[in-house]
Parts: sequence; structure tokens; C-alpha cells
Amino acid sequence: MEKQKFHSNLIVSNAPHIVTDADTTKLMGSVLLALAPAFVAGVYVFGARVILLCAVCIIASVGFEWLYNYLAKKPQTVGDLSAAVTGLLIAYNVPANFPLWMAVIGCFVAVVVVKQLYGGIGKNFVNPAITARIFLFISFAANMSTWPLPRMAETTDATTGATPLGILAEGGAGAKLPSNMDMFLGFIGGSVGEVSALALLIGGAYLIWKKVISPIIPCAFIGTVFVIALIYTKSFHMAVFHILAGGVMLGAIFMATDYVTTPKLPSGQIMFGIGCGIITMAIRLFGSYPEGVSFSILLMNICTPLINRWSFKRYCAGGANSGK
Amino acid sequence: MSQGKHLPSILVPHHKNTSNLETVVMPVPDVVKICMSQSIGAPCKPLVAKGDHVKVGQRIGDTDAFVSAPVHSSVSGTVTDIVQSRGGMGGMETLIVIETDKKQEVSEEVQIPHVTNHAEFVKAVRDSGVVGLGGASFPTHIKLNPKNLDECDVLVVNAAECEPYITGDNRMMVEQGQDVLDGMKLIMKYLDLKKGIIGIEENKPEAIENMNNLIQQNGFDDIEVLALQSRYPKGAERVLVYEATGKVMDAGVLPAQLGVILDNVSTIAIIAEFFKTGMPIVRRRITVDGDAVAEPKNVFVPIGTQIADVMEFCGGYKKEPKKIVMGGPMMGRATNSDENVTMKNTGSLLAFGKEVAEVKVETGCINCGRCISACPFKLMPVIFAEAYNRKDVERLQKFNIMQCMGCGSCSYICPARRPLSFMNTLAKGMVKEATSK
Repeated sequence: MEKQKFHSNLIVSNAPHIVTDADTTKLMGSVLLALAPAFVAGVYVFGARVILLCAVCIIASVGFEWLYNYLAKKPQTVGDLSAAVTGLLIAYNVPANFPLWMAVIGCFVAVVVVKQLYGGIGKNFVNPAITARIFLFISFAANMSTWPLPRMAETTDATTGATPLGILAEGGAGAKLPSNMDMFLGFIGGSVGEVSALALLIGGAYLIWKKVISPIIPCAFIGTVFVIALIYTKSFHMAVFHILAGGVMLGAIFMATDYVTTPKLPSGQIMFGIGCGIITMAIRLFGSYPEGVSFSILLMNICTPLINRWSFKRYCAGGANSGK
Repeated sequence: MSQGKHLPSILVPHHKNTSNLETVVMPVPDVVKICMSQSIGAPCKPLVAKGDHVKVGQRIGDTDAFVSAPVHSSVSGTVTDIVQSRGGMGGMETLIVIETDKKQEVSEEVQIPHVTNHAEFVKAVRDSGVVGLGGASFPTHIKLNPKNLDECDVLVVNAAECEPYITGDNRMMVEQGQDVLDGMKLIMKYLDLKKGIIGIEENKPEAIENMNNLIQQNGFDDIEVLALQSRYPKGAERVLVYEATGKVMDAGVLPAQLGVILDNVSTIAIIAEFFKTGMPIVRRRITVDGDAVAEPKNVFVPIGTQIADVMEFCGGYKKEPKKIVMGGPMMGRATNSDENVTMKNTGSLLAFGKEVAEVKVETGCINCGRCISACPFKLMPVIFAEAYNRKDVERLQKFNIMQCMGCGSCSYICPARRPLSFMNTLAKGMVKEATSK
């Protein structure tokens, strides 16, 4: 009696048969969402050109990745949104009036040279956006250090001004620095996405709440900057100034937490964050550049394999399985 | 009872859709095919021949091998064939095909056992045919006969049921809670164990309440319920031993070596049933669920029933099944056809449609480290995968690959959809091969 047809062409695969929803695309999407408050702040402070700049950078980055994969006959990876994150971060790292063609070159360096040539997502050893920022900073020094004034600036005769760190580096003790509250809210000169500490902290809190990033690196990074500034300047006010100024918030929350180029284990992440903080403050206090966040992250990216090696050994020896 | 430190674990959606559905008995199918390899040990040899008439509970397969348990007929009827076929475990196995007469006559062999000491108890448990019903299918009588019996003092009952979907153990505790306690008492009596702990995940409040009430009614002050976090994989043997006793259990170590006797809750209840009725394990409570099943149910299924028959009893498929998993979705086995049959260790049958079934495309590792923080034993799957690809046996050993128990947490959590758990399994094989030379 043949009572029913059997289903004999079933998929046979290894366990587990279910996986989490949080794939790379979802994680990168969360990062984009977390970058949104800084976008709003950037548009509010510097005007509508920010929208254009961000759009161009995202389109250029995604386009370069698509084109590279297409030409190299590799599986298309633009769907993972990591190129979009890189593009947006590049836009956040340049002044609002930055020429668009230069920004596109930055995107090329980030996506093609730093990421795709090394093998695509996960294979790059330094953060693409940070490297692009440094590349642009060295190649187009004048454009990268001409800062449009925030729209709420009181002066009417000038259209550009210095960043708070620029004022500090040039003016010495007599310079007039913006208030810490203005810096917290973002009513200062600077790169598009780095001015508002508040907006960046909202994004960071979202990522930590959603468990997309761990708070270890941001806390270690920002904490180290604060402590060194406090010891060096002996002023609580100046210590707060240093964590709000420049790219500390943007770098610590969004670029020093890039999975690919930072240590995997908590012990290594603490080292990474502290290292970033030390290098940042060393450049700010003793270097010839006013700002050192991007160099610090780049240098610590390069140290990451070493840190991993050290922390893996330690983890392995101290694990629950150490009995054997 | 309070808990100390926890091992790392992950949150997996519970999907306990059937936890309130009382177990129903399915009608006897026209044909059953009973596999001779129902335990992790040696396969049994058929004791019947083509044309023989068999009855429920009759021993139809056995072997002299040490690690093994006998197999009994789950139906009454006629043996129409003995075939070699690819069975539920994946390999070539002997199946006894029985055409049922639907009378379900009980065999004369079914007798309530009388035991007076540990040795007789162990023999009786072997006669019951019971193996680890949590999925491992380790013959239970061997677990109850450790070399260091004197050093064992606690019975840990695994009722965590941490796999998603499955609710059979939950129903066992709600419907047959007294059997669970009686089984525990039997084991504690004959193995002279001082204490019994039932580990239940907090997502089964009904089971926890019922067991606590029964413990109180019976006045068993040496048995207690341990509420576990509802996280995966709290029901893994090595994790549960740690949660219940604080003892770290390495791979390759038996719980008994740490003084712990550990058995699945259904295993224990079925031992109690055997001592009350003499009926060996011939049927199994199976959770039938998944997005392709029309009416998810808990069903008593005769061992050896074809999956298709069980599915038909559950209203059939509501969409084209693309994957059928025997066991839980985290560690269960995908079967190639619903022509295959249920085994003693089949706790659930999950049929999934295309969306869930399709293997996700693997993308590049983004070094997020989630696999490391998910591992209950603090292993580093990402390093294993890298070392496996380079065939670096030394590195695999250095990072303790053999401690991996294949729980699948790393694969589950990986945002790049890498089959890390499977790669660990392959890597373990590679290390075993290299070290055996």
C-alpha cells in the first residue's frame, strides 16, 4: 500500500541548523544607524553641504568595492554594508567644505588599496577610514586643515577658523578656547562628524546596548586620554577639553572598535585602548601636529597581531580548560 | 538553590511552542523499521528471522559487546524483512522491518524485574534497553556501573532541555513527575548516592513547580531542583556538572570520575516505568515542530516509525519540507529523507521550509571574536579554523581543540556564517589521526 510520497531530496547539512539574525550586514547596519546622530549634528552645525559630502563618500566607497569585485571577478560583497560604513566615516573625518574629488580619492585609497587589495572584508590590517584620513591629511594638507566655522559662530567677517586643538597648539596659554559645553554639543570647528561628542556618545551607547561593540576599547581610550591630560595639565577643565576635542570620541567609539583591525580578546582590547590614548596624548602634547587620534589608531592597528598573540597565550593558559 | 559562577553561554530563541501541549499517542503505523544500532556502542545482532511473529517488548536484537544495549520490538506483527540500509545515524545499518497487526499484544518476556542489589539493578537497566535519551545514546547501565562506585555520591538529572523547540523533557516532568522521582530514588538506592539534583532551565516554570511540589509531597529531602539560566548550552553534560557541583569536567572524562552520576530526565523516568511495568523502551515522547509542520505536537511514537508517518499524524506538512532534523536544531542531525525512522534518541523531529533550511552563504571573518566569547569552555574557534586550514596540528593541540564538545554555539553566533563548529569537528578528526600514527 503506497500511502504517501516520501520527501527524499532534503538538505543535509551539519549542525547547528539555526543561526543568529545578527550577520555582518545587520552589524554594519547598526553601526550606520549609530552614526546617524553625528550626521544630524554635522548638518546642523555645518549646513547642507554635509549631506552632499556624505552621499558622495558612501556612493564612491560602495561603487569602488562593487567595481573592484566586478573587475576581479570576485563574489560581490557590497551587500555587507561595510563599504558604506567606511565611506561615511571618511566623510566624517574631513572638513565640511572639503573638495568632493579629493574625498573620492580618499574613498579609493580606503576601499581599494587598504581593503580590497588585501583580500576584502576582514583581511585588511589597518582601518580603511583612518588610513584614508591620514592619506588625505598628508596629500591635501591645506584643504584638510581649513575648517569652516560652525553656523552658530558669533563672528561674521570670517568663514573659516581653527579647531579647538589648533587654537591650543598655536595660541599657547593666552588663546581663547571654546567652552566645554560648546564642545560637548559640537558648536565648534572641526571635521564633519567629530564635533559633537553628545551625538557620538548617543551612537556609542546604542552600539553597546545592542552588544555590537564592547565598551572596553572606548573606555580605555577615552579614560587614558583623560588621565594623561589631567596629570599633564593639572586641570580638570583641560582634561575634559582633551576628551571632547578633536577625533577622540569619533575615533574611540567608531574606529578603534572596528572588529577587523583591533584585538579579539578583552585583555588585548584594554591594551589597545590604552595604547591609543597614550599615542594620542603624546602627539597632542609633544608632536608637531595638533591632533593624534588617527595616527594612534593606525599605529595600534599595526600592533594588533602582536597584542593578539600575547593575549591568546594568556587566555589559553587561564581558561576553564587549563586543567589539561 | 543558589548558583555560583557560570560558564559562558549564548541566548538562543527558545521556540518552545509545544510546552503546553499534552503528549498524545499516535496510532500504530502499518510498518516499523527498527534499527539495530540504537546506542553509541556496538550494533545488535537480530534475534528474529524473516517470517517470525513478534510482540511488543520482545527482545529482537542484542549483542555480547560491552558498550551496547538490547533492542525490543515496539509493535506486534510479522517480520517481513531484515535489510541493510542507511539509517538515522548516517551509516549502513541493519533494520528489522515489521509489518504490524495493530493488536499490540504484549510479549511474555515483559516481566516486572526483581532486584536486590547493585549488580542485579544494573542488569535490569540493561534489559530495559535504555540509552541516553538526551541524544548521546550512551548505554545507561554502563553509566550506572562506574569503576569508582564508592566515590560517587550525587545524582544529577539533566532536565535543562536547552535545545530550542524540544519540550519532551518538560512534558515528562509535568505528566510523569512521579516517575522521575521514583527513577531517581531507585538509582540513589542501588548506587548509594546521598543527593539528587534536578537541573531545569528557568523557562520551564511548570516543570519546576511540579517537581518541587512532588518532592514535598513525597518528603524527599535529599532531592532538590536546581533552576538553571535559560541559556544555551546549559544541558551539555560538562556544563551541567559544573553548574550543579562546581566541578570542572574536561573532555574525555566521565561524570563518574568526578563522583557524579548524570542522566537525562527521560532516561530516568523510563527506568522507573520499566521497574513498575516491566516494559522496556519501545516508544518515545517526540516533539514534532518546525515551520513546515501543520500541527506541532508532543507525540508518543513507537521506535522505528518512519518520519513521514509521524508527520502525517501531525497534520502533514504545511509547506514543502527542505530539511528535517532529528534532535534539536543546535546539535541534531539533518536526515536525508522522511522515509528514515525514529530511534531511541530521537527527542524531536523538526521540519523546516526553505527559508530556515538553506545553508547561509559564508562570508569573510571580521575578527569580531564572538565565537570566543560564546564558547562555554573558553576555546578559540577562529584560531582552530585558521589552523585547520593550514593543517597545523600542533597549533590545534596547543589551543586545546580536543576540549570542544561540538555544541555549535560558535557557528550559531558567527556573523559571517562560518561553519566553525563543523570545522572544529574536522579539526578534531585531523588531530586524532595525526596522534594515532
